[in-house]
Order: sequence, then C-alpha cells, then structure tokens
Amino acid sequence: MSTVDSTATAGHASTSSALSTVANWITTTDHKKIGRLFVGASALWMLNIVGVGIALGIERIAPDTAIFNSNSVTQLFAMLRTGATFGVLLPLALGFGIAVVPTQVGSKSLSFSRLAMFGFYAWLIASGLVIGSIVANGGPGGGDPQMVDLYLMGIGVGLVGVIASSVSLVTTVLTSRHSGLSLLEIPMFSWSVFVSAISIVLTLPVLLGTLIYVAVDHHYARLVFGGNEGIDMWLGWGFSQPQTFLFVIPAIGLLAELAPVAARIRQPLRGAMLIGVGLVSTAMFGTVTQTSHVFVWGGTLSDKIKSAIPYAWFNLLPVLGVVIVTLLALLAIQKGTTRLIAPLVPTFLGVGMIVVGMAGNAVQKIESAKLAGSVFEEAAVTYIAYGAMLCAWGAISYFGPALWGRKVSDNAVIGIGALGMFATVLAAAPYYFAKDQVAGVVSDFDYSGPQTLFNTVVSAGHVLMAVCLFSAIALSVKSLSSGETVSAEVWGDQ
Amino acid sequence: MGRSMSTTTSQALPSGARPAPRSSILVATSAVAAAGTMLMFGMLAMWLKFRDASSLRESARGKMIHDWLPADIKIPEVATNTMAITMVIACVMAQWAVYSTRRNDSTHTTMALAITSVIGIAAINAQVAVYLQMNMGLTDGAYQTMFYAITGTMLALLVTGFAFSVITMFRAVAGRLGDSSVMSAHALYWYFLTAVFVALWFVVYVQK
Repeated sequence: MSTVDSTATAGHASTSSALSTVANWITTTDHKKIGRLFVGASALWMLNIVGVGIALGIERIAPDTAIFNSNSVTQLFAMLRTGATFGVLLPLALGFGIAVVPTQVGSKSLSFSRLAMFGFYAWLIASGLVIGSIVANGGPGGGDPQMVDLYLMGIGVGLVGVIASSVSLVTTVLTSRHSGLSLLEIPMFSWSVFVSAISIVLTLPVLLGTLIYVAVDHHYARLVFGGNEGIDMWLGWGFSQPQTFLFVIPAIGLLAELAPVAARIRQPLRGAMLIGVGLVSTAMFGTVTQTSHVFVWGGTLSDKIKSAIPYAWFNLLPVLGVVIVTLLALLAIQKGTTRLIAPLVPTFLGVGMIVVGMAGNAVQKIESAKLAGSVFEEAAVTYIAYGAMLCAWGAISYFGPALWGRKVSDNAVIGIGALGMFATVLAAAPYYFAKDQVAGVVSDFDYSGPQTLFNTVVSAGHVLMAVCLFSAIALSVKSLSSGETVSAEVWGDQ
Repeated sequence: MGRSMSTTTSQALPSGARPAPRSSILVATSAVAAAGTMLMFGMLAMWLKFRDASSLRESARGKMIHDWLPADIKIPEVATNTMAITMVIACVMAQWAVYSTRRNDSTHTTMALAITSVIGIAAINAQVAVYLQMNMGLTDGAYQTMFYAITGTMLALLVTGFAFSVITMFRAVAGRLGDSSVMSAHALYWYFLTAVFVALWFVVYVQK
C-alpha cells in the first residue's frame, strides 16, 4: 500500500518542472530573459521575410507568368516592408539592448522591467495581429476593410509596446549606472542602444499619431487619408529609410565595441566615436518631418543650395556617422595588436552591408538619378535588414558567454557571417543595377537588361540567406545546451 | 572576539561617497512626457497641414479664410477656455502636492492630489461637453474626422493623468510620503498634459 510509483512521480516532477520553466519565462522580470524573448521571437519574423523575399524573387523571374494574384502580391510586399522593420530591426535592437545594457552599466536589473515585459507582449501580440491581418487580405492596399483595421490596430499596439520598452532602456542607462560610471564612460554598445532608444521614443510617437488619424479615418469615414490605398503613403515613412537607420544604431555600436576588444587597446579618439554613433541619430529629424528630402540639381545656385542643405542634413549626416565609426574601428585595429575574434567578422560585414544600404538611400534621393519608384529602394531595405541580421549573429556569438555562459563555435560564426554577406549581396545588389524595374510589381514588366538573370540572382540570394538563418538559429539553440562552456570574459574585454 | 572585530573595523577603508540619488520614476515620466509631446505635436502638425491645404472662402466679415472649419459648426468657447484654465490649476495643485510632501504634510498632500483628481474628471467632463455641444458626426467630413481623432487622443492622455493622480493619492493616503520623486513625476506629467492641451486649445479651438 505504501509503495510509491517512482516512474509516475518522476514523470510528474518532469512535467511540473517544464511547466515551472515555462511559467518562469512568461512571467519573468529578468532582463536577460526578456531580451532573449525579443530576439528569439524576431527570428520568426526573419524566417518570414526571407520566405517572402524568395517568393517574390521567384515570381519576378518570369514576368509574363503569375503565380500569385495581384492582391496577394500587394500583401506580400506589405509583409516584406513591415516585417523587415517592425518584425526584425526593432526587436533586435531592443532585445540585445535589454539583455546586455543593465550588465554593461553595472545595474542588477532593468529599470521598470515589467514595463519592458509589457512592451514585449504588446509587440508579440501585435506581430500576430499584423501577420494574421496581412494573410487575411488586410495590410496596406488590402481588400478586406476589417482586416485592414486589424492591421492598423496591430501596428498601433506594437508601437506602444516598443516605445514602452525603449522608455525602460533609457531610464536604465540614465538612472541605474554603477556609482562613478559617467554617461560618457559607458561601453559603446550601451551608448548606441541609449541613442537608439531615445530616437525611438522621439520618432515613433509621431508615427503613432499619424496612425491614429489613418485608423480613425479608415474605420469610420475613409474621406481624408485615402482608405486602404493611402496607408503606405501616410505611414510608409515609418518602415523605410531614414527611419530604419535609427533601428540599426546598436549594430553600429557593436562594431565600435568589438574593434578595440579585438585590437586589445583602448579605443583611440573615443569621443569622436561617441559623436559618430550620435550622428546616425540625426536621421530622426528627417523622419519626423515625414517628407522625402530630395536633392534637385536645377535652377539657380541659390535653388541648388536650398535643396542641398536639407538633403545633406537628413540623408548624408547619418552616413557620415557610420563612416566615422567604421574608420575609427579600423584605426583601433591598425594601432593595436589585433587578433581575430569570431564575432567581429559578421559584425564588420554586417555594418558594411548597412553602409551600402544607407549610401544607396542617399543616391536614391538625388532626383537626377531617377531611381524613385524603382526596385532600388527594396535593395536598400534588404541591405539594411540583412546587414542588421548579420550583426545580430555577431552579437549572439559575442554576448552569448555573458548571457548563458556558452559559446558558439568560432568557425561557424565566421562561416555563416561570410556566407550571409554573400547572400545579402546576391539578394540586393542586382536591384541597384536594375533601376528600370518598377517597385511593387512582379509581372508584366519589361526593360532592356538581363532581367531574368537579375531576378534569379536575387532569389538565389534570399534562398542562401534562408540557409544561413536556419543554420544560425540551429547553432544558437544548440549552444544554449551543448556549446563550449566559457567565462563571461572570454573575449578579454574590459 | 569583540576586540578583533573593532580592530577590523578601524582598519577598514572608509566607505565611498554616497552616489547621487537618481530618480527612476521621474526620468521614466520625463521620457513618457517627451513621447507624448511628440505624439500630440505630430498630430497638431498634421492638423495644420490639412488646414493649410484646404481651399479659401470668404468669411462673414469679408476676409479670405481657409475652408476648414465647416460654417455650420460653432466651437463652444466657454467650455474650451474653462478647460484650459482648469488644466493650469491642475498643475498648481500637483505642485502643491510636491511642496506638501517635502514638508511631510500628509493632509495637504492628500488634499492636493484629491483636487488634482477631481480636476482631471472635470477636464474629461468638459471634453465630453464640447463633443455634445458641437453635435457633429465623425463621418461628416475631413474636419470632423480629424477633430475627433486628435481630441480623442488628448482625452485618452487625460484619463491616464487622472489614473496617475488617483494612484498617487492612494499611495499618500497609505502613508507613502517618503519618496517625493513620485510626487515630482506626477507634477511633471500634469505639466506635460497642460502644455500639450494648451497647444491643442490654441490650434484647434482658438485659431480654428
């Protein structure tokens, strides 16, 4: 009678332990877990946009045949655009920031960690709403008005969540630093996250305000903002350049942090590095004006200057910031006794891709280049989104030891980083040259040039990126349980 | 044992300087206020853009004006002006709560917060009164749609201010007066609400 069924007890204990782990994760206030939830969930969006990229690429190989109907194509483009920024760039920036910044500034926890967790859940629920609504013919240009409303609501909820998490990050950096650590002395990655979070707090509410107008108008009247067709016109700026520059600032900060670690010296001209990272945030002035600042080479000298100043202010200054950071990183590498550390490779290549994307945006805004309305912009977004994903891979390998005490294999980090850069170039570069191919169209286009080759190469690039992504996710998951156990100081950073 | 302990104590290094106090709630509220300001000013900028883009018509006084506010709609100026004045008074009350907290005066703190809460309700009530007096449909035109969107957002912000006041008041009633930064954050939030409301009042209700 008193015999205990040990198997049943063990099974019960194991179930209880699994439930306890799940409960612990979904109600956590641990900044490392919240950050990892953001990054992990964004991986699903990454797979999503790479899949959409492949589908659109294949559809464009033969412009005279159509696999998808025109409504589906509009929704696929909406998914690509929304996913790259809202689903990938934003959660990556916030996720790594939340996981790492408290540790770097010497704080035991994140300020208002429940606010950050609320932000994650709001973003997660919003992601479900956005994907669901786009699939059900909602989204910009969608044919089902209720689903379009759902899409707008999803974006609104997500924006509130992202802003909430950013407020938590800003407060942590400003109030929870270790005693004696001044703001200018914090690590470069934390500085870049701080700059990015402030930029988010100041720009995304403007997008939210416009969204409220558009959503109210769409739901009730459809008199003012063009109904479903007007969504991209009014809200598109929030999902394209230069707004995306603000979300990749932490990627640039990661390079600034890694270069002196690899070089084993203190960063030369650290003040200039801080300014360089800060300069990228000048993109926020360009975004909140909700206007495309185009350079027109025409008229009198005065006209040219009037056109050149806002163009340079809003489009070139952020690029200058990245160039400063990259040059100073190279200076550190050149001055120090440099060793190759694996995370530097994907990060350096990723920032390189981001620079190409930002430069492309600057070129696109020159009117005489006649690139507006072509696939050129899609290429710039691809460069920036995939570049940020490469940097995220660098961040996982660099911060992994500090976050879960294990390391991803160096060879895998370098290999996937190099392959990822190759995939990015394949997926984006052809559209820098196919300037006669109209954006947002997958069939019935014709222009002189190797259009089949361009679109085939782009598809191949997306497929290769999917392979890299699956490999990176698998290796990251594997490293959580069976990676090489290392100390947090494995990279020898200070 | 006791001797050894006292020796250890005398040899220990003196503790470092106490770090400067940093108020998380005040900084977070500042960030929220900055975000809220960008939200409302962004919406006001859109309002101005649409108003400037509207066609011109001759007013009753013979002047050319933008055909933005429909001729048959009258802004209830008494209610809106009263609302603006009420908001300023809310700031004074919120600042009174900060002053009283610093003097450890729980009675006056609670009273100031209670008045702020009541003023919050009054402001919400005034906004509803404005809606009733204007008596226009949301789908009647571009002006009406945008009017309800921008004032509705302001109303939502007012509700959050009211909730902040009530929570702070309950904290004060429960005796949690030691942390004056919560009171300062509460006051800051009402300054922010007042500033954005005054801007909205000027653009939407005065300039029309």
